[in-house]
Amino acid sequence: MRIQQVFEALLSCGKKALIPYITAGDPELAVTEAAVLAMDQAGADIIELGVPYSDPLADGAVIQRATQRALEAGTNIHKVFDLVESLQGRIKAPLALLVYFNPVYQYGIGDFIAKCAAAGVAGLIIPDLPLEERTELQKTLEDKGRPLDLIPLVAPTSRERIAKVVTGATGFVYAISSKGVTGVRKQFAENLESFIGQVRAATNLPVALGFGIGDVETVAKIKHLVDGVILGSVLVQMIESAEAKEEAVEQISSFIRALRSELG
Amino acid sequence: MNSLRTEERTGRFGMFGGQYVPETLMNALMELETEYKRCLEDPEFWAEYHYHLKEYSGRPTPLYYAENLTRAFGGGKIYLKREDLNHTGAHKINNVVGQVLLAKRMGKTRIIAETGAGQHGVATATICAMMNLQCEVYMGAEDVKRQELNVFRMELLGAKVNTVHSGTRTLKDATNEAIRDWVANVDDTFYVIGSVVGPHPYPSMVRDFQRIIGDEVKQQILALEGRLPDYLVACVGGGSNAMGLFYPFINEPDVRLCGVEAAGLGLDTDKHAATICKGSPGVIHGMMTLLLQDGEGQILPVHSISAGLDYPGVGPEHAYLHQAGRAQYTAVTDKEALDAFQLLSMTEGIIPALESAHAVAYVRKLALQAGKDALIVVNLSGRGDKDVYTAAEAMKAGGIEVQMMKAGDPA
Repeated sequence: MRIQQVFEALLSCGKKALIPYITAGDPELAVTEAAVLAMDQAGADIIELGVPYSDPLADGAVIQRATQRALEAGTNIHKVFDLVESLQGRIKAPLALLVYFNPVYQYGIGDFIAKCAAAGVAGLIIPDLPLEERTELQKTLEDKGRPLDLIPLVAPTSRERIAKVVTGATGFVYAISSKGVTGVRKQFAENLESFIGQVRAATNLPVALGFGIGDVETVAKIKHLVDGVILGSVLVQMIESAEAKEEAVEQISSFIRALRSELG
Repeated sequence: MNSLRTEERTGRFGMFGGQYVPETLMNALMELETEYKRCLEDPEFWAEYHYHLKEYSGRPTPLYYAENLTRAFGGGKIYLKREDLNHTGAHKINNVVGQVLLAKRMGKTRIIAETGAGQHGVATATICAMMNLQCEVYMGAEDVKRQELNVFRMELLGAKVNTVHSGTRTLKDATNEAIRDWVANVDDTFYVIGSVVGPHPYPSMVRDFQRIIGDEVKQQILALEGRLPDYLVACVGGGSNAMGLFYPFINEPDVRLCGVEAAGLGLDTDKHAATICKGSPGVIHGMMTLLLQDGEGQILPVHSISAGLDYPGVGPEHAYLHQAGRAQYTAVTDKEALDAFQLLSMTEGIIPALESAHAVAYVRKLALQAGKDALIVVNLSGRGDKDVYTAAEAMKAGGIEVQMMKAGDPA
C-alpha cells in the first residue's frame, strides 16, 4: 500500500499514523527483522528503516551508536534491500528508508530508485538532501513514474521555505519538532503550533512530527497538531539496553501497542 | 586558459560544492551568504579585517628567500611564504579574524569550531578571547590525546573543548559534531569552519579570507624578482592555505599550482590521506567533493603523520582545479615529510609544521627538474613547535637519527 493511502484510511476513521524507526542491522539484521514483524503486528502504520552510514550528521548519539553497531556487524545496503524484499507480503505497513545521500549517490541515483522500487520500498527520507540539491533525484523519480515517495523535511527554521519544500511532494511531510539532531528531548520548538500551521497552509499532504518524541505522554500532548508521529531514538535505546534479542522485541512491541491505543 | 571562472553557478565549482545539509540549517546558510556578500562590498569590513591582521597578527608575513635550502636542493630559487610567523603560528588566523568579524556583525554571541591538530581551535579561541565571545571547540578524542598541549592552550584562552568520541574520533567526527551543535543552536551560534570545506558559502568565504596570502606573495615577488613565480607549492588537507595562495594566480596561466597531499605510509597502502590523488566524488560535511570512501559510500579512515592533513575530504574548489587541470596534486609520505622537517630545521633554522613539511618535501623533487632559474614559492603554512613531540617519536620509531651537519654543507 502506498504511504498516502495509509494516511487516508487512518484519517477517514479519525486515527493518527504511528511511524516507528529503527536502524537496520542493529545489532544484527535478524533483530531488525523480528522487530519489524513485531511492530507491524502491534499496530505500526509505516515503518522507517535507517540505512547505517559512517557519518550520520543529522543523528544524535543514540542513533550514531546504532549505526556504528550495524556497520560493525557487516550491514550494508545490499543486505538491507534483501531484508526489505523478504518482508514483502509478511507485513501490512509500508517501509520507508532513511538514508544519507552519499550511499545513494555511490549506488547511482537511477539504480538506487529502481532497486528501491523492485524491493518494495514505499518512501525515501534523505536528511542531508535539501530542496536545492534534490532536483536530479526528483527528476529521476518522475521519469520512472514515481514508484515511491521522496518525503520532504521541514524544520521550525524553514519559514518561507516551507511552501517551496512541499511543492510537488508526495507521501507525507516530515515536520522536525525542534532545532537539533535526533534524540529524545523534553522541549520542542516554541513556535511548534504556528510552524505546523504554516505547513498546513502550504500543503494538503498529511503531516507527521518527528525528532525527540520519546513517550506516550508527549504523543498525547502533540497528537492534535498532526496526522502522525515518528519515534526513533527511544526504540533504538530499547534495543541497545536489552540483554537479549527477545527482550528488546517484546519491549518494543508493548511500547508500540501503548502508542497505538493513544493514537486511535 | 585566460579566465578560469571557478564558481560557475552559486556555490558550485563545476560539479563540486553545494549544500548537502539538514533543512534546519538552510536558512542560516542563506543568511550567512547574504551577510558575507554584503561584507565583500563593504570597505569598512575589510578595513577592520586588515587592521586586526596587521596590528594583532603581524601581517604582512615575509616572503623569505631560502638561500640555504635552495643550495641544499640544488635547483630553482626557493622562497618561503612565512605564514608560520602569524600570531598563533599558522595561516589559520586569517580566516578566523574574517569569520568572527562576520559573526559579530550578524549579532551571534556564541562561536563554535572544529579542530584536528588544534591549530584552528587555538586560533578561534584566541580571536574569541580578544573579541570577548563565548567559544566552544570540538576535537576528536584521538586528537585530544595526541595534542594535549593545544587542549590546554584553548582552555587557557577561555574556550570550552568538547571531546568527540564518535566514529574515528578525529577531525572528520569533530566536524560532524560541530555541525550537530550548529543544527541545535543555529539562532545564536556562528560556526567558524577552519578550512575551505563544508556547505556553500564556506568554501568561497574561507578562500576569500585566505587569499591575502596569495595577494601578498604577488606584490612581494614582483618587488623582489620583477616577475611572477613559476611554481606555487602548498600542502593540502582541507586545502585552505593552498587555496589562499593559489587563488590570486588562477588566471595567470604561466604560474603552475602544485598541491601536496599526505601519502602517509604510501599511496599503495590504505594508510594515507591523499584525497585528490586517490579519491572519488561523493558528499561529506555538506559538500560534493573528492573523498576517500568505499564502494558503498562509507567514509574511510585516513592516516597522516600530520594531524592537519588527516582528513578524508578536500575543499571542492581544489577538486575542481584538479578536474579542470589548472592545478596539479601529488602526495608525499610521512617519511619524506619528516626528512623535510629535519632538513628545513637544519638548513634555515625554521622548524616547519609537519603539514608544511609536506610542501617542502615536494619542492625537493620539483627543484631538480625545474631548473636553476625557476622561481618556486612554498607556503610555510605553520610552525612546527606543536609537532616536535610527534616528530621525535616518529624519528625514534623509524630509527632516524638527527643528522649532524655543518652550516653551509651541501646536503
